[in-house]
This record gives sequence, C-alpha cells and structure tokens, in this order.
Amino acid sequence: MKTVAVLAALAIALVLQATLAGLSMAGGTRVNLVLVAVVYAALAFGPVTGMLAGTAGGLVQDAIAGGIVGIGGLSKTLVGFLVGVLGAQFIVSTTVPRLLMFVAASFVHEVCFQALYALVETRGFRMQYSAALIQALVNGLVGILAFFLVERGPDLLQRRRSWRTASSRRRY
Amino acid sequence: MLDIRRRTGVLFVAISMGHLILISLQIPSKSGVPVFQSVTFGTFARVQGTTASTVYGLRHFWSNYIWLRGVRAENDTLKRQLSDLQVQLQEQRALATRSERLQQLLNLQSATTVPTVAAEVIAGNPNPGMLTITIGRGAADGVQKDMAVIAPAGIVGRIIGTPAAHAARVQLLIDRNAAAGAFTERTRAGGMVAGADKDPPLIMDLVSNMADVKPGDVVVASGVDGIYPKGFVIGRVEISERGSGLYRTITVRPVVDFSSLEEVLVVLVPPRPATPDETAEPAAAPPAAAPAGPPK
Repeated sequence: MKTVAVLAALAIALVLQATLAGLSMAGGTRVNLVLVAVVYAALAFGPVTGMLAGTAGGLVQDAIAGGIVGIGGLSKTLVGFLVGVLGAQFIVSTTVPRLLMFVAASFVHEVCFQALYALVETRGFRMQYSAALIQALVNGLVGILAFFLVERGPDLLQRRRSWRTASSRRRY
Repeated sequence: MLDIRRRTGVLFVAISMGHLILISLQIPSKSGVPVFQSVTFGTFARVQGTTASTVYGLRHFWSNYIWLRGVRAENDTLKRQLSDLQVQLQEQRALATRSERLQQLLNLQSATTVPTVAAEVIAGNPNPGMLTITIGRGAADGVQKDMAVIAPAGIVGRIIGTPAAHAARVQLLIDRNAAAGAFTERTRAGGMVAGADKDPPLIMDLVSNMADVKPGDVVVASGVDGIYPKGFVIGRVEISERGSGLYRTITVRPVVDFSSLEEVLVVLVPPRPATPDETAEPAAAPPAAAPAGPPK
C-alpha cells in the first residue's frame, strides 16, 4: 500500500511538473514537484523509502528530460536518504522543522545536481543561488501544503459533513 | 534471510554505485540513445499528449464558451483594426513586389521558403535544470534529430534525441548546452551564440574586440552549424563591451518569448555537416566592412 502510494505520488508529481512547465517556462523552473514528493516520502516513511523514491523519481525525470540519466537520480537518492535519516533522528512533525527540511533538501539537491553536471561536463561549477533559494522556498511551501492536506484533509472533510448534517436537522 | 531494507547504509551505497556506473556508461556513448531513455520518453510522451489535450481542451472551453465578457465590444474593435490592416496589407504587397523586382535586378537569389511542419508544445521539461520542451510531432511526421525548430519571431532550438512516432524533444536555444553560429545583421560580425544561466539568457562569443557590435544590433543565424537556417533572427544585442582577452563580451536578448511557447515550426531540412560561412565577416574584420544584406 505504501509503495503504491509513493509511486502514485511520484507519477502525479511528474505529470504535474511537466504540465506546469508546458504552461509556463518560468513557473516550471520555480518548483520541483518530484523532489517535493521524494522529501515527503522520506519524512513520512523513513530513509529507505525516501532513497528508493529518489532513485525512481530521479531516474524517470532524467530519462524524460533528455540529460544524462543518473545525475538527477543520484542527487534525489542522496537527498531522500539524508532527509530520511534526519527525519528519524529529530522531531519534524511540526510546520517549521518540516519547512526547514524541505528548503535545505531542495538546496542540497540543486548543489549536488549542478556539481555532478560540472564534473561530467568538465566545466566550472555554475549555480544561480537566488533562483535556487526561490525554488527551495516554493518547494518548502508546496511540501507543507501537501502535509497539511494529507494530515488534516480527512478531518476537515469529516467536520464539514457533521456541520452540514446538524444544520439540515435544525432546518427540519 | 538477509533483509536489505534493514541495512540502509549498504542499500544507499549500492544504489549510489549503480547511479555512478549508469552515468559513466553514458559519457562516451554520444551517438546512440539508451533504450531506457527512448522507451521512457516514448511512453511518457503519450501520457503527456493526453494530459496536454485535456488541459488545452478545458482552457479552450473556458475561454471560448464561458469567459465571453466584452466580446461584442472587442469584436467591433477588431473589425476596425482589420479594416486598417487590410489597407496596410495592400501597401505592404506593393512594397514586396517592388523589393522582389529590385532583388532580381541585383541578380540576388530569391529567398527560398524552407519546408516546415507546425507542432504543438505538449509538455515542458519535468527537470528544471534543463531547458527543453516536448512537441507533438515525431518521426511519423518526418521530424529527425538536429532539425531546427523556429517560431514566427525567430529561432527556438533544435530536435535532440531520437524522436518518438508522434513526439520529439526540443532543446531550447537558451539552454546552457545549446549554441548556434551567428552574425550581426548590420556589420556581419561572426561569432557563436550560446545559452547562459543568466539574464539575458544568450551570450555571443568569439566576436573580436575589433568588430563593430552595438546594443540593438540584430543577431541572425549564420548557418555554419548546419542546423539553423541562415538569416533567421536569434535576438538583439543588449550589452556589447570590450572584453579582457581577444573577444568582446556580448549579451543577446532573444526575440522569441520562451516563457509562452504554444506552437512552433519544425524545419524539415535534415542537418548537414558544419561549413564555414561565406558571407559573414571573420571575427577580426574591421568595422562596417560589408553592408547588411537580405537573409538567404
């Protein structure tokens, strides 16, 4: 069940990311939904799931993007593993630690990704720190929203249903 | 029995090693496309094509049937504009006829229309690190690797990888790994336009410090790379400064708006081997050595 949920989350993130990038090139580069899904899986299910989600998501993303297959996979595997280990060591069940985790993970991912490309292409390390920071913050906000929806969504729906039932009883 | 999931460190090292082997396998093999990449791209292109159709359908339904506020007023305005434009069109036709006659008089070869096929952009790039798009035309439509992709405003990029039957990947000219042979229309100072991770997203390299290049100069493809058709517009020079070495520091603002590409044209001319440009002046040519001519 957990595997299916993680794979479904990765697939949805991938399709949404490509669709978003298709609608707006700028919008597509401001967020990395696959990375958000990987960090989410790592925080929710631990380092092994995070690592495997990073491998799967990164490899498929690389294969579709047309670059060197494995660079994104390795970056996401590393991030999934690190986030999973840190998530198991520290309490990251509230909003601020989670946001910090998402932002830090996004930044580490970008550094790894650019460094690996620099190594493979034997060129200097080039990175736009402001753009990476913006993407990390957007990723963090999307990740927090995802946690909120998954954890509080069913409860909110239940409350809404109860409120509707009570108000209809009062009416009749 | 050994449960590998309990040995997280071992699993992490094994997966990382797998990735490193995978990356190293790809570096020397520049020619062939890996099977994994080809199959994944082909499958995903189908899914993305369906998603894009649904999204475009919903957008068109919204804009054509629901969001129709002020359409009557807009219709009247457009009719008036159409009348004005028809008059302008007549003037332009007359000018075009006159230009063609002058061109024949000068024994210049008339510009040949390159065969193209229109393609819809069905997806952007799922990896924010690479600037590519996916179009809804592929090998079945005659699209081949390294064919140029253009928009009405100018050059967009080139086809990379082996196209699927009904989809192909396009590397945008602003990608950091993209480049094109180019020269300035005014002074024909030759160089190479390449993508850059900054704003503006193009730089023009290998232009001598002696060359006359000014902000506002139109940069067009030279055709020496064998991919991009000669004379097609790339962008306008934004900054042109004397460099510390042999070459000028030039940044170019592309004419194509890459943030809102919806439809493009694929030039159905197979790429040819790169050849030296005959008309562009060499990089060290004196300023204004040759007048700007019409694109061929």
